[in-house]
Order: sequence, then structure tokens, then C-alpha cells
Amino acid sequence: MGLSTKSLKGQHHELADSLYQLTVLQQPTSHGDQFPAFAARLKEHDLYPLTPTGTTILQINVGKMCNQTCKHCHVDAGPDRKEIMTRDTMQLCLDALQHSPQITTVDLTGGAPEMNPDFRWFVEELSKLGRQVIVRCNLTIILANKKYHDLPEFFQKHKVHVVSSLPYFMASRTDAQRGDGVFEKSIKALQMLNAVSYGKKGSGLLLDLVYNPSGAFLPSGQKAMEAEFKRRLKSGYGIEFNNLFCITNLPISRFLDYLVQSGNYEGYMQKLVESFNPVAASGVMCRNTISVGWDGYLYDCDFNQMLDLKVANTAQQHIRDFEVQALDSRHIILNQHCYGCTAGAGSSCGGETVK
Amino acid sequence: MEKTYYNPADLSKFGSITEWQPELGRKFFDYYGEVFKDGALTEREKSLIALAVAHAVQCPYCIDAYSTDCLQKGADEAQMMEALHVAAAIKGGAALVHGVQMMNKVKEVSM
Repeated sequence: MGLSTKSLKGQHHELADSLYQLTVLQQPTSHGDQFPAFAARLKEHDLYPLTPTGTTILQINVGKMCNQTCKHCHVDAGPDRKEIMTRDTMQLCLDALQHSPQITTVDLTGGAPEMNPDFRWFVEELSKLGRQVIVRCNLTIILANKKYHDLPEFFQKHKVHVVSSLPYFMASRTDAQRGDGVFEKSIKALQMLNAVSYGKKGSGLLLDLVYNPSGAFLPSGQKAMEAEFKRRLKSGYGIEFNNLFCITNLPISRFLDYLVQSGNYEGYMQKLVESFNPVAASGVMCRNTISVGWDGYLYDCDFNQMLDLKVANTAQQHIRDFEVQALDSRHIILNQHCYGCTAGAGSSCGGETVK
Repeated sequence: MEKTYYNPADLSKFGSITEWQPELGRKFFDYYGEVFKDGALTEREKSLIALAVAHAVQCPYCIDAYSTDCLQKGADEAQMMEALHVAAAIKGGAALVHGVQMMNKVKEVSM
């Protein structure tokens, strides 16, 4: 299968519809069995209803526009996506943060967040609030246009914690997932980040990498994988970084499309279900994170956001009504895709959850 | 009896062998689990050895399991294929080294 440059939405694909995705996730197997309901597995371990442990991270999706169209993207992001957070909505996020001191980290994601025209203004304002700012940078954006070439210096100035996807330390698997030529550009971008001391010991400038498997298999052994990435990237390209986060691909959106098209859906779901780990379930990221959509609506996580499953508290479903204490008493919305965060050593935007 | 000797779905039922002999089955799986943990060799290296052995013993279950396991552990395609060549070299070598035995016998019975 080649890599399409159009999003599922741009192709008018049925999997662009979140309700259809949820229908696929509820379908019986080819043998007529149902995968056990995720909520029922939590009940077996006294984790249902799943509730927050205290929100400390606000993850903000500033838009679905991206310069890449990765095969596994759960956002269905791409150059043809026009949904972008406005400065007004960003201001509402800043207001919410001002009266929520318990939120210490703001995690900016997309699409390519840097493509939002108000991205730099937003980072500057967040920086003034004294919160740790994470930017999920796809690396190639730095080289995509002259206007982005100084992003490393901009990140450095605001001590942004940069988290970047690099699914493998070789071109073959990276390009198969993210598009032709992505590996080479990613390497150049990492070298540019290293040049301004990102990922260097003692610099205080954090550069973490994200590993997503390039196919229908689960990640395994974050620590060993990190050592291998460090060895290969250092010896091959002189690149240094801080941590590697291993993230499981969740069966939604474009990764779901890949699973269905390649005939791997059932086997992958089976693997996720068999790998359910109650310890990972107790440490899922939705317990300390709230996700904000480009239009200001609130979700338990970025995945629920893409499935259009808003937070259960009907009075606080938008950032303008943000009350962290009230939201911390909500019940987290669950579905079958949640198995992706509880398999094996667990998975979150910060990698494994079982230490 | 199935119409074929091998059914991919049986791989995930491997654990059921304990049903007819729990004690030995449990001991085997405990041992198996310990063997594949990080030790003097990394988990990735052990997975590559397992992949090579799987081909040498021609076990389709093991080939299925360890092809995926090698990917999960971050092995690349070249490492996986080189591991198979190690298995092939040993299997081929094991056949050919007996050529010495053949030569000895031929010399023994020849004028």
C-alpha cells in the first residue's frame, strides 16, 4: 500500500466518520465472538468507573493541519485539513490555566502545531505563565519552509520541551510510516536541534523521541529500545537525545484503516486484549490529563477527541467553562480503543506507564 | 481432527498444554519466561536466536511468534535475515561436516 497524501476526510472515506470507527471497534470477530468490553476488564480490577487522579497536564490540539500524512495518524491530519485553533480559543486556554495552578504542563500537539499562525504567540504567552511547555514536533516541519527554519532557536528561547516522532533509526521503516524522504529530513532537523544544545547533557533542553511501531505489532522494552536508538543515531548521524517514549498505535482513524486494509485488524485487537495489564490500566494518562480540541471542546484524551467522545461532565465540555476541580470528579469515557493504552507495559504520550 | 496439521489460532492456545499436566506445564512456562529476560544477552539478541532456531527446527508457530517479537524488540530486517543465515550455515555445515565421516568410510573400504 502506498502512502496517500490525502486524509481520510479528504478521501470521503467511511473511517473519517468517528461513529463508523466506533462501529468497527464493536464488531464481532470472524468467529462470531465479541472482544471483552474494556469497561468490563476494568471492573474485574476495581478500576471502574475510571476517574482522574488529579489533572496536571493540559494537552491542546491546536489544529489538524500537517505537512505530513502519516499512515498511522490517529488525528487523520494532513495538508488538506483546515481545522485550526483560533487565537480567541487559545486565550480561553490561557484563562483556564491562570485559575488552574495545579496544571503544571501544557502539551501542544496537532497536526503540526507550528503550522497554526498563532503558534509562536501562544508559546510565548504560555511561557509567561511559567508552565512547562511541550511541543510535539514532527521534525520535518523545521525544514518544510524558510519561515520554520528558526524553530530550534525559538524552542530554545522558551525552553520548550521538544517531543518528536521517529519510528525507527533507519529510513525504510520511518518512510514506510511517515512518507518518502521523512527519515532524511528528520535526521537533519534533529541535527539542527542538537546544534542549539537540545538533547545535550547539562543543557536543560529536553529532546525526547517517540517510537511508534511501523506495522501491526506492539512496542516492547522501552529501555532497551532507547539504548538501541541512542547507539544507532549517535554512531550513524552524531545525534543525541534524552528519552525514547514507546507508544502503542491505537486502532482508530488511519491506523484502523491500515489494520482493516491489511487484514491485520482482528489479530491486532486480539493481541491488545490478550496483553491487557491492570497495572498499566491504573496508570493511564487520561487520569492526569485533559485534552482540548482545536475548537475548544474538552476530552479525556487525544484519542477520545478524534472519536468525538467529549468529557462526561456536560457543564464543562468547553474550555470556556473549564473548572479543574469539577472535571476531576468526572467518569472517564471508555471504549474498545482503550485497550491500546493498557497493553503490556502500557502506553501514553510519555511512553510506557509501568515502570 | 483439523484438515491441516497447523492452525495459526493454536499459537495463542499454547498455554493450554498445562491443562493436562499443570505442574510440568507451569515449570516449563516459568523457565521459558526466565530464559527470555534481559541477562548477559539482551532480549533482542535472544529473540534473534529464537528466530534462527525456529527456522532450524522449522516450527511455523515459532516463526510466526518470533518474526513479530523481533520487530517488537526493534530488530531490523538485515539482522533477522543474518540470524537465519547463521541457522542455515549451521544446518548446512552439520550436513557437510559428516562428509568427513563419509570420506573416512570410503577410504576404509577402498583399496
